[in-house]
Amino acid sequence: MDTQTLIYLFVGLSFSLYIGIAIWTRAGSTKEFYIAGGGVHPVVNGMATAADWMSAASFISMAGIIAFAGYDGSVYLMGWTGGYVVLALLLAPYLRKFGQFTVPDFIGTRYYSKAARVVAVICLIFISFTYIAGQMRGVGIVFSRFLDVPITLGVIIGMGIVFFYAVLGGMKGVTYTQVAQYCVLIFAYMVPAFFISFLVTGNPIPQLGLGSTVNDGSGLYVLQKLDLVLQDMGFGAYTDGSKSMIDVFCITAALMVGTAGLPHVIVRFFTVPKASDARKSAGWALIFIALLYTTAPAIGAFARINFIETVDQTEYAEAPGWFKNWEANDLIAWTDKNGDGKMEYRSGDAFAGSPEFTGETGKNGERLIANAVNTESENEVYVDKDIMVLANPEIANLPGWVIALVAAGGLAAALSTAAGLLLVISSSISHDLLKQTFRPQITEKGELMAARIAATAAIVVAGYLGIYPPGWVAQVVAFAFGLAAASLFPAIFMGIFWKSMNKEGAIAGMVSGLVFTFSYIAYFKLIAPEANVAANWLFGISPEGIGVAGMIINFAIAIGVSKMTASPPVEVLKMIDSIRVPRGAGDAVSH
Amino acid sequence: MTDQDISIPEPKGDPESDGEADANEQAYWSENIRLLWTLMAVWFVVSFGAGILFRDFLDQFSLGGYPLGFWFAQQGSIYVFVLLIFYYTWKMKRIERKYDLDD
Repeated sequence: MDTQTLIYLFVGLSFSLYIGIAIWTRAGSTKEFYIAGGGVHPVVNGMATAADWMSAASFISMAGIIAFAGYDGSVYLMGWTGGYVVLALLLAPYLRKFGQFTVPDFIGTRYYSKAARVVAVICLIFISFTYIAGQMRGVGIVFSRFLDVPITLGVIIGMGIVFFYAVLGGMKGVTYTQVAQYCVLIFAYMVPAFFISFLVTGNPIPQLGLGSTVNDGSGLYVLQKLDLVLQDMGFGAYTDGSKSMIDVFCITAALMVGTAGLPHVIVRFFTVPKASDARKSAGWALIFIALLYTTAPAIGAFARINFIETVDQTEYAEAPGWFKNWEANDLIAWTDKNGDGKMEYRSGDAFAGSPEFTGETGKNGERLIANAVNTESENEVYVDKDIMVLANPEIANLPGWVIALVAAGGLAAALSTAAGLLLVISSSISHDLLKQTFRPQITEKGELMAARIAATAAIVVAGYLGIYPPGWVAQVVAFAFGLAAASLFPAIFMGIFWKSMNKEGAIAGMVSGLVFTFSYIAYFKLIAPEANVAANWLFGISPEGIGVAGMIINFAIAIGVSKMTASPPVEVLKMIDSIRVPRGAGDAVSH
Repeated sequence: MTDQDISIPEPKGDPESDGEADANEQAYWSENIRLLWTLMAVWFVVSFGAGILFRDFLDQFSLGGYPLGFWFAQQGSIYVFVLLIFYYTWKMKRIERKYDLDD
């Protein structure tokens, strides 16, 4: 079978698996729709959390970012795993003991206030929509490259699949599909990693391969060789970063705390039976995540070596098939600055911005670009970081079924995260806004219907953002973490650990953290992107890391306001005592 | 929108309590907090410490082909995170049994 047939086969099989699971696990009550009935085994929940968490960004983009950023890529590795320690130790068991359905549920009850609940819903919707648009873009990329369908049709197919299992199955359907999706995505990630690690170093375990010597007889370690080769070509050393220490520190912290404050991750811990299961489940989730996250830096380094060796100084006419495939998809471009017909890969941009193809081809057969050529650099090659994972099996000449597997894995990663996000958006609308705030008399059946309608509407909006991505969407995805760190995390954390935190403090803190962080990001990314350089940043902290400053502002204002206003009522103090001890966490309170 | 008080689920603890936890629960809580301080310190040291602040110093040592600071930033910290969560799970179970508060 040729590769294209295999891709259709693998993607088709994985999609029918997800639909089969959706039919098998339909949700019949709000409790099943919101928290899968509350009886999910901690290991199963850990696996579902891992798929929920690992998005198109983790699967498709992260290794590519590390390949080009070297040490600087560590912020994602530490940030997106260290958050689970914060979650497991400081939040998850207490929220499970509290035992309701959503994150705004906790904030609304702990701060005895409908206003606090509504502010939490606004934060949640902000965070979740910035995140979901990126997933739909990932679906579009995979479809257009591997399945040869237009991005629009690809996004619509993806929407259809998510609609089927998220709307029908709710949290229950999503949980079991996520388990299947985890298996697909981790298998798809690890198989090419084993092959490539073995090819480059002779050691098939990528985590060990990255610390081994290269298989080319030079006796150099992988990282040593990368440092040497890159410095020769005018790049900085791979093991050195270019970001300042304070920025690396703040971005890592924003990602860690943001992870712990992401509603679609937190809500997964409402589905296990006991408070102690929430801790255990977070541990398992991190094991499943660590498998991919410790492999990603190895893939990044190997991909960079392979890319340089295959592309640099190769004649365009001799370029491998994958180079031309991705060029046809706009993600690679080559402009022959010195007219020698060879591709020079060097430090610096080949030209300004992303390639704008003129539609004509040059004398070597390459697609010509309209961009102004950057004469200060000898670099002639433009490459989008996103393709490193997707192209890696082709670069390393792996068999067709491995390529097909990667396509199915990328889709699994994007769809599982999209479904988790859709679910928290829909439950915050049907449960927090309707049932708990504006329409308390709604019946359970009506609430379930409202949840399904809200999920459908959210899918349509997400799909629209995927088909017509506003220019800022891709960049803004990473900022969801900063917003979560600056808004929801302090309110939840203080709600558990500081009894004197009251309604006024929580609301003032959440609003100021969100407004500060959002304004800082919007200023540098949307209003004045040309000013987005280290010299203009507050204390040298980039927009990616500013969530930490937002969090500190939130804490300071929340504590100050709480000290000046009335302390929380006695019932709330009793509730805090009750969530602090694990005993008695039975079923989630149905209401 | 009016922001009137809303109902709060009845806590399952002692109905006579006045918002102050009993002595046993307080002892349990302070032991938990001590453990949290220790573990969060380790969490900070392996990531922000070894992987960022003291990376340049640690990079003079190596672990196989990895400079040590780089290893902590891209591998080691993640392994320690996993161990931390499972240690906390195990230790908390023991503390909860000691105070008869386990679930």
